[in-house]
Amino acid sequence: MRRIISMLMENEPGALSRVVGLFAQRGYNIETLNVAPTDDPTLSRLTLTTVGSDLRIEQITKQLNKLVDVVKVVDLSEGAHVERDMMLIKIRVHGEAREEVKRTTDIFRGQIVDVGPNVYTIQLTGTSDKLDSFVAAMEGADILEVVRSGIAGISRGEKVLSL
Amino acid sequence: MELLSGGEMIARALEDEGVEFLFGYPGGAVLHIYDALFKDCKVPHILVRHEQAATHAADGYARATGKPGVVLVTSGPGATNAITGIATAYMDSIPMVVLSGQVQSHLIGEDAFQETDMIGISRPIVKHSFMIRHAQELPETIKKAFHIATTGRPGPVVIDIPKDVTRPDEKFEYSYPKSIKMRSYSPAQRGHTGQIRKAVKMLLAAKRPVIYAGGGVMQGEGSELLTRLARQLNYPVTNTLMGLGAFPGSDRQFLGMLGMHGFYEANMAMHHSDCILAIGARFDDRVTNTVDKFCPGAKVIHVDVDPASISKTVMADIPIVGPVQTVLTEMLTQIDMIREKDSDLPDQASLDGWWQRIDEWRAAQGLLSGRRYGQSDMIMPQQVIESLYRATGGNAYVTSDVGQHQMFAAQYYRFDQPRRWINSGGLGTMGFGLPAAMGVKLAFPDMDVACVTGEGSIQMNIQELSTATQYNTPIKIINLRNNYLGMVKQWQDMQYEGRYAMSTYEDSLPDFVKLAESYGHVGMLIDKLEDLDGAMEEAFAMKDKLVFLDIFIDRMEHVYPMHIAPNGSMKDMWLSKNERT
Repeated sequence: MRRIISMLMENEPGALSRVVGLFAQRGYNIETLNVAPTDDPTLSRLTLTTVGSDLRIEQITKQLNKLVDVVKVVDLSEGAHVERDMMLIKIRVHGEAREEVKRTTDIFRGQIVDVGPNVYTIQLTGTSDKLDSFVAAMEGADILEVVRSGIAGISRGEKVLSL
Repeated sequence: MELLSGGEMIARALEDEGVEFLFGYPGGAVLHIYDALFKDCKVPHILVRHEQAATHAADGYARATGKPGVVLVTSGPGATNAITGIATAYMDSIPMVVLSGQVQSHLIGEDAFQETDMIGISRPIVKHSFMIRHAQELPETIKKAFHIATTGRPGPVVIDIPKDVTRPDEKFEYSYPKSIKMRSYSPAQRGHTGQIRKAVKMLLAAKRPVIYAGGGVMQGEGSELLTRLARQLNYPVTNTLMGLGAFPGSDRQFLGMLGMHGFYEANMAMHHSDCILAIGARFDDRVTNTVDKFCPGAKVIHVDVDPASISKTVMADIPIVGPVQTVLTEMLTQIDMIREKDSDLPDQASLDGWWQRIDEWRAAQGLLSGRRYGQSDMIMPQQVIESLYRATGGNAYVTSDVGQHQMFAAQYYRFDQPRRWINSGGLGTMGFGLPAAMGVKLAFPDMDVACVTGEGSIQMNIQELSTATQYNTPIKIINLRNNYLGMVKQWQDMQYEGRYAMSTYEDSLPDFVKLAESYGHVGMLIDKLEDLDGAMEEAFAMKDKLVFLDIFIDRMEHVYPMHIAPNGSMKDMWLSKNERT
């Protein structure tokens, strides 16, 4: 089962490599990874998705908690949460296809953020499933490039991940 | 406040931290530090002959004393040479602080001379690591390093120090913090009372209990409490390779070591148990054999200070995260409370029956209840360990390398006290024994220190015979010489139809007696059983001499029992070359 594990870590050089290294070293797999500073400049928020049995996920969170640079860890998928992935996708568009791509983008509530004589760059935000669906819907089009941010997530309601 | 350079701060901080020995090797990137040590530092420095030995010597010191071992190496090859020793300490949870030099800050990343990314290379084998960016960070970082290395589940910590940070002409205010707080590091202080109560109830209701205690009991200074608990309940105890000495080895309740080369009665008792109290142990693959077949009828209570050790391979029915000392203390209190109300616990009839079965196993196949090894016209390796045990009154510190000799020592030397058996259990590092023995001898100059080794292992750090001369560490090296890489040969016998692929040295071994003598030590060659005890006594009588006993042993002997793998359970063992359970 896919899990979203999110953590606060010290905004120190090398902290990220400890987290990523742990996954490589113990044979865990990272599907997406997103990391950026928070409102507290001493802390970074890292969110990753991984797949594994309950036992495997328990071991991953325990191992992450052992890293001295990691301050707090939460498995967001254990409770209600909001998750967002952001995609920029560049598509070659000619003639009638321009209109078709524009329509599909509107249906998915995406935005065309750059227009060239032969290309559109579309920005789309949502769950990973939604982004996957959009790519599938564009199957007939000439996709030139896809870039995704990886999932960022936050718990619903009062629950917060903070110090 | 006093003004010190970075180099001087390091020298001072080691004093302030109460470091007793610094093991190291100088080089370009650490010369400012060495100059500061030379000018003004009370901590004696031990110059090894290879950085790996510095880490093993510090490790041996740490295992024997319970205090952190401290190492200083230069950048590049100095740092990479230290890696094996750091990994050894990491696998066995040994407190260690390693200071490594680094090229000057402005050269980092430019492939400078003797540059290596020490933080990167050591990352998977350290508890934590620090890169110093400014001299002013040194006192607090060093304090943090010692704090992290010695608390919770101990482990090695690396501090990487660029050369410019230690330059003598830049001085800053120095004060060494008394204590340290880190928001992201707070190891468990005590176990969960509710869990402990549940565990004690389960333990007292057990009909076939076994206490399975590991190196964590030693590290957590819990041996006395564990022994009290076991004696109070009259429960059988087995120790892991790392835990030998955590419970007295010659006690009637002791079943011997368990696992791959564990005692028959220990493995049988584990397999047939209905309740296992695992404490400071981690269900290593060398203990469990096939995990799916591990102790099918047993409920597991698992006490460990590291939550990640619990339910990693074997699921715990009752997990307890906490230091062994506080958990055991609370367990003892709870046991008293429950037994005050119900003095019939544990059920004596069941326990008597359980002991009867154990005694039957012990009588049938126990290593110490009769002679289980073969006979030849050569000295048998087991006889050497028995002789060592007699000569030292069971009272020595025994270090070992890795292989058959290590297992024979673990099986036949009965350790009655904690911290006396010093070996690389987790990583299995050949070359550990000699430098580790030096570290122990420096800490306990009046005690007997023996290094049980083989001619394969000893050659991996034999250069340290020179260090032993320089610092006068009169240890006794017990070389079990069979002219094979014995454990490799054993596996080749058992699984590769005796094809000894690269496990012998033909006629290339040195004359160890002359070699020892060339360093100023005493060498003895023993190849007859009748000379063994006399030579052993003579060696230990030479209090101020390192003695190298080169003992020619039977070349074909195997270590038994040995778990049958793959797909075997705890009870599936080879008992000799042609007998199995």
